[in-house]
Amino acid sequence: MHTLLTVFAKEFLDNLRDRRTLISALLFGPLFGPLLFGLMISLMLKQSVVESDEPLELAIAGSGNAPGLTRFLEAQSIKLTKVALSENEAREAVRRGTIQVVLLVPKDYAALFASAAPAPVFLIADSSDSQTRKHADRARRVLAAYGSTIAQLRLQVRGVNPLIALPVAVNEVDVATPAGRAVVVLGFMTYFVLFALLMGGLYLAIDSTAGERERGSLEALLSLPVPRASLVGGKILATCAYMSISLGLSLSAFVCVFRFVPLDRIGMSANLGLGTALKFFAICLPFIPLGAVLMTLVASFTRTYREAQTYLTSVLLVPTLPIAFASIYSLKTQSSLMFIPSLSQHLLMTSILKDEAVPFVDVLVSAAASLAVAALLFRLTARHWRRETMLG
Amino acid sequence: MIEAMGLSKHFGSVEAARDVTFTARDGEITGLLGANGAGKSTCLRMLYGVLTPDSGKACIDGFDILGETSKARAHLGVMPHAAGLYNNLTARENIQYFGTLHGMPRKLLKSRIAQLAETLGMQEFIERRVKGFSQGQRIKVALARALVHDPGNVVLDEPTNGLDVMAIRNLREMLKALKAQGRCVLFSSHVMQEVAALCDRTVIIGRGRVLADGTLQDIRARAGRESLEEAFLQVLGHTEGVA
Repeated sequence: MHTLLTVFAKEFLDNLRDRRTLISALLFGPLFGPLLFGLMISLMLKQSVVESDEPLELAIAGSGNAPGLTRFLEAQSIKLTKVALSENEAREAVRRGTIQVVLLVPKDYAALFASAAPAPVFLIADSSDSQTRKHADRARRVLAAYGSTIAQLRLQVRGVNPLIALPVAVNEVDVATPAGRAVVVLGFMTYFVLFALLMGGLYLAIDSTAGERERGSLEALLSLPVPRASLVGGKILATCAYMSISLGLSLSAFVCVFRFVPLDRIGMSANLGLGTALKFFAICLPFIPLGAVLMTLVASFTRTYREAQTYLTSVLLVPTLPIAFASIYSLKTQSSLMFIPSLSQHLLMTSILKDEAVPFVDVLVSAAASLAVAALLFRLTARHWRRETMLG
Repeated sequence: MIEAMGLSKHFGSVEAARDVTFTARDGEITGLLGANGAGKSTCLRMLYGVLTPDSGKACIDGFDILGETSKARAHLGVMPHAAGLYNNLTARENIQYFGTLHGMPRKLLKSRIAQLAETLGMQEFIERRVKGFSQGQRIKVALARALVHDPGNVVLDEPTNGLDVMAIRNLREMLKALKAQGRCVLFSSHVMQEVAALCDRTVIIGRGRVLADGTLQDIRARAGRESLEEAFLQVLGHTEGVA
């Protein structure tokens, strides 16, 4: 215990004085995620707000052939630009991107419309351009509305109840809560939290193992009359401390960011107040020793700082794998998944964001599973440290 | 007193040490001389217990380094080949860290560091961070770190390697002082002049075996050569690059 605390205190102080560790653990790691996140959400908000407020701009060629349609479109507050283009010219203009969407009314439209035969119009757009696709979709919806209005009028004129043409009335009910809708956007926030948590300990894990070997202080340390398990234990404990600080900073930064991002303007609510942040901290806490031991174990096998950095960058990706699977298969929180570290933390945090009830048992199982894996990895690490090959 | 008793060690198919036996006595400086790769470091590492010998045993003041590790190590100060320091810590903190790990009480540690700072001439830089220290200053801190628990025996692996002339001179004086205090000093080197200038007793190692053990006069007389250099070559049996 004495050894453990001595090593802990030394590693904590040593790295506190190291600019590289401080920047990555306490600045870059915890703040990168929240800032990027705030920026992305602001941009998304701006875009979606623009979309619903902005009138649809539509270029129409041959509007003289369909005065009724033109009037209808104008009444839907669509900004019509009348252009005189042949079909080929219109295609070319859209392909080059000078015009986003062209509605082309051919010459035979009026005659066919008058005889109640299907009157053709051409909607020319580039579906590989996401921006254009949205405009084309809106134009299509407006045209469909015009079509059904005309159809109903024609039935009425012929003395038929227009409702006969509406055999099914579809009523859509969206049960997504405002918070639930936000989860789609906030889904990867949990990854940033886990990333910050690991980043916090990354450099300390490297410095206290590969760094110790590279600067030649390891052999002197190993020749001291202290148990190797306490030696590496103290190092891992210091790594855990930095990870906790980084996690705390990251969550605080998220709380601040969400205070300034007006999520409710797009019908979402973010449940990320101080209370939620504290819950997140508690949920992630058992993952800290696991991450610390894993990084220390991997770094113990490397000889140089650089080598350790290379391997540990892949370790940083480990927690993303279960999260990626979760989003591909859109996994819901369920007790059986609580045995998988990082995934369980992700799911629990997502549930809280969605305002769902989180069973306390799930939280316990998640914590126990993470700690059990950490204990197992620690045994491997201590065994490796007792080996002669540790000298390098 | 440091005793190596029939130490053997191999790594894979490479035999790094075979039946190495010698004794380093208190109040004497013993030099372990051999070419690079002769097995010096392996022998020393077995003596301070970070390598386990395949056979044989090593004792420090009579305590088996493997059976009674803590007791043996309490009597032993080690300065390994690469005596790296922690650059972000001050000289005092570097020494303190090792003293605390040796389990020394705070008060004793403080007075011991003050004493070492005086005898090694470290007062000027004891409170400064190690980053930017000269080689001479570093070697003093490393030596103080090895001596912090006041061990009767000191093992140094190639301590002069990479040092400039001033630092080597300094180190020599420090080792002589340790001997004068009645400690047992054992160090390895591949530099013949180094050993000749400093050692009371020399153990020559080649290909993992002890080739000669005794005072320089003994070795010279046994080889029947006048010059030390020729005597060494005679002992080694061939021109195994000893500088």
